[in-house]
Amino acid sequence: MTTAFDEMFTPAGAARSHYRGYESWLGDQSPEAMSNKRAEADLVFRRVGITFAVYGEAAGTERLIPFDVIPRIIPAGEWQQLESGLRQRVRALNMFLHDVYHGQDVIRAGKVPADQVFRNSQYRPEMHGIDVAGGIYAHIAGIDIVRAGQGEYYVLEDNLRVPSGVSYMLENRKMMMRLFPDLFARNKVAPVAHYPDVLLENLRSVAPQGVADPLVVLLTPGMYNSAYFEHAFLAQQMGVELVEGQDLFVQDNAVFMRTTRGPQRVDVIYRRVDDDFLDPLVFRPDSTLGVPGLLSAYRAGRVTLANAIGTGIADDKSIYPYVPEMIEFYLGEKPLLANVPTYKCRNRDEMEHTLAHLPELVVKEVHNAGGYGMLVGPAATKAEIDVFDAKIRRDPANFIAQPTLALSTCPTYVESGIAPRHIDLRPYVLSGKQISIVPGGLTRVALREGSLVVNSSQGGGTKDTWVLER
Amino acid sequence: MLSRTADHLFWMARYIERAENTARMLDVNMSTSLLPQSAEEAERGWRAMLGISELQAAFDAKYPLLTARDVLDFMVRDPTNPSSIYSCMQAARENARAVRGSLTTEVWETHNDTWLKLQREMSDGLLGRDPQQLFEWVKYRSHLSRGVTIGTMLKDEAFFFIRLGTFLERADNAARIIDVKFHGSGEESELLPAGRGNGAGHQRDFYYWAAVLRSVSAFEIYRKVYRDVITPERVAELLILRGDMPRSLAACVNEVCANLEAVRNSRSGEAQRRAGMLRAELRYGRVEDILQQGLHGYLSGFLERINDLGGRISQDFLVPLAAS
Repeated sequence: MTTAFDEMFTPAGAARSHYRGYESWLGDQSPEAMSNKRAEADLVFRRVGITFAVYGEAAGTERLIPFDVIPRIIPAGEWQQLESGLRQRVRALNMFLHDVYHGQDVIRAGKVPADQVFRNSQYRPEMHGIDVAGGIYAHIAGIDIVRAGQGEYYVLEDNLRVPSGVSYMLENRKMMMRLFPDLFARNKVAPVAHYPDVLLENLRSVAPQGVADPLVVLLTPGMYNSAYFEHAFLAQQMGVELVEGQDLFVQDNAVFMRTTRGPQRVDVIYRRVDDDFLDPLVFRPDSTLGVPGLLSAYRAGRVTLANAIGTGIADDKSIYPYVPEMIEFYLGEKPLLANVPTYKCRNRDEMEHTLAHLPELVVKEVHNAGGYGMLVGPAATKAEIDVFDAKIRRDPANFIAQPTLALSTCPTYVESGIAPRHIDLRPYVLSGKQISIVPGGLTRVALREGSLVVNSSQGGGTKDTWVLER
Repeated sequence: MLSRTADHLFWMARYIERAENTARMLDVNMSTSLLPQSAEEAERGWRAMLGISELQAAFDAKYPLLTARDVLDFMVRDPTNPSSIYSCMQAARENARAVRGSLTTEVWETHNDTWLKLQREMSDGLLGRDPQQLFEWVKYRSHLSRGVTIGTMLKDEAFFFIRLGTFLERADNAARIIDVKFHGSGEESELLPAGRGNGAGHQRDFYYWAAVLRSVSAFEIYRKVYRDVITPERVAELLILRGDMPRSLAACVNEVCANLEAVRNSRSGEAQRRAGMLRAELRYGRVEDILQQGLHGYLSGFLERINDLGGRISQDFLVPLAAS
């Protein structure tokens, strides 16, 4: 593994130009002052209740996501390139979703193998032939981006189902402005606080046809969901009702919520409940989180679900390798953002290569998310590697492999002081009548030395992300 | 607003109010238990605390003997007792957390902070060290949550359901506190006209009624309103009928009516009518008639009617409406 690109310092140890202002400011701060600020941040996050629940721990255990006070800074020019690439990619992904649930041109053209789509558990035959408002499926997309080697950006993963984390982007900024107001006077940092407004506007723009003043609600699995804080936060910031499945019912193919003054019609549901749990009449019959009859109202075009049902087929790890081709196919453009080179174990030679290089590769199970079901070769023990070797041989199509990227690092507070830690970036792309992106996104940081896993469920932290304005 | 949201808001307010009133009661009993009294009297005082909250059976199932320390422990910090201050504050916070989007940031943070600090106070052993300081703190946190609600929330349905919860609970708790003597002695309060009591009994009565007044922050108010010695009739009048006394039954029921009116819907006519009747009786009632009837009997009837109102409010607003 080559040395990682550091966001702040050149290999010679000088601050990069976009970090110069920050570095000199940091040099002026006493360690005690910074340590006090960090303690203050912890205290405030706990009081505000910005916590997440960890599955597998005692019910109701709430944890803080560690917040690091050193920002990740992106210069204006770089952001512009990223933004164009994100728009292009999400446009193509939405076109792909429309296509696989309609004419399936991309399959007939041989760009994506039919079995990869139709035999994929993420493909929802129930969606075939349904016209969704504006042809948009992934209204909210979180695209995970990493920076490698010499500083080039790669898309690591598309999240098109119920991507989370945007509340941390907003709260991190609020926290930084509270802790270090002088920093924001000295640096022109693009604001992000308008995200909930943009989101609401976006959701209203995809209401069913003919609804003049659409009513939007946010559907949550409830307060024991790991992202409950975010659901409550976004509902409050948008000024919409935070509903659970039990609060909604379907009558005459229309969705209503139960209120203190009787039933009220609902037009757009920003749902943070997985497909499988949305409608017990169609998907999992044991689900108590959903609304019986929701799918039939949806099929009748009487309610919009954001994101649409069945978006998982476009962000599945088995489909990911084909995204650059999709972009060319649908848009006739060269992809502006590169994929990480990926070996598809379904192809015999690529599987052989993978098996021969397991200690160097990252292997991912195709339907898993959140850092679960993953092998990081360089960090794995012999036994762990053997387990994956067997798993891959048993079911090759279930795995992809990628070279271990030297993810870029950013200086981060750790026990012994400040040290470089690996980071990624998740910008949020909103698609409705138009595509909107709030500058930056959520930067996640792997706090353990050498670790490449940034997921909060695996001990990752977050940083404020600054896009500098020119 | 969502029925479920209204339900959480209503119960959030009820639980924090219940925690406060429990703290008030225990605080006053702590003070009176410091007066010279027999062991039996002291035990009766603590037993009354359990009786007021209908916790006698649950307590006896857990402890073979009654000691002040165990009663305090059971009513303050026992998580297995759903009425303990600890459980109430936890329930208030859980209800707030379920609808934090309908609260202002300040209201949510107040409940969350209260809960976090309570856990710290409990593990620091404040109850053992200085229970009265803990009671002060509980009262103060409840004041804070009400103040922050009034000071920051839009006066819309969410606010009205919170207030409805506060005053319905306070009406219930206040009636129980006034009835404490019945729970302590198991017999009807002897409400003798002023000056007719014998010496020792009279003095004991003074401390007893003064304690009741203090438990609802009414001792100074009593002096201000009546400018006279403390007599049971006047205490009853002040705590039951005076609409300007913030923790009186009349004041609570006035607020229940006003907030019920503010959220009324097509089903709530009967609940409003019953609340209005109760308000009228308190407004035009006379303390002599209440005492004639017997204080304990009167208060028991009042509690039943408050309970009935609570059920109707759940039925009309909070329990999800039928789909048709």
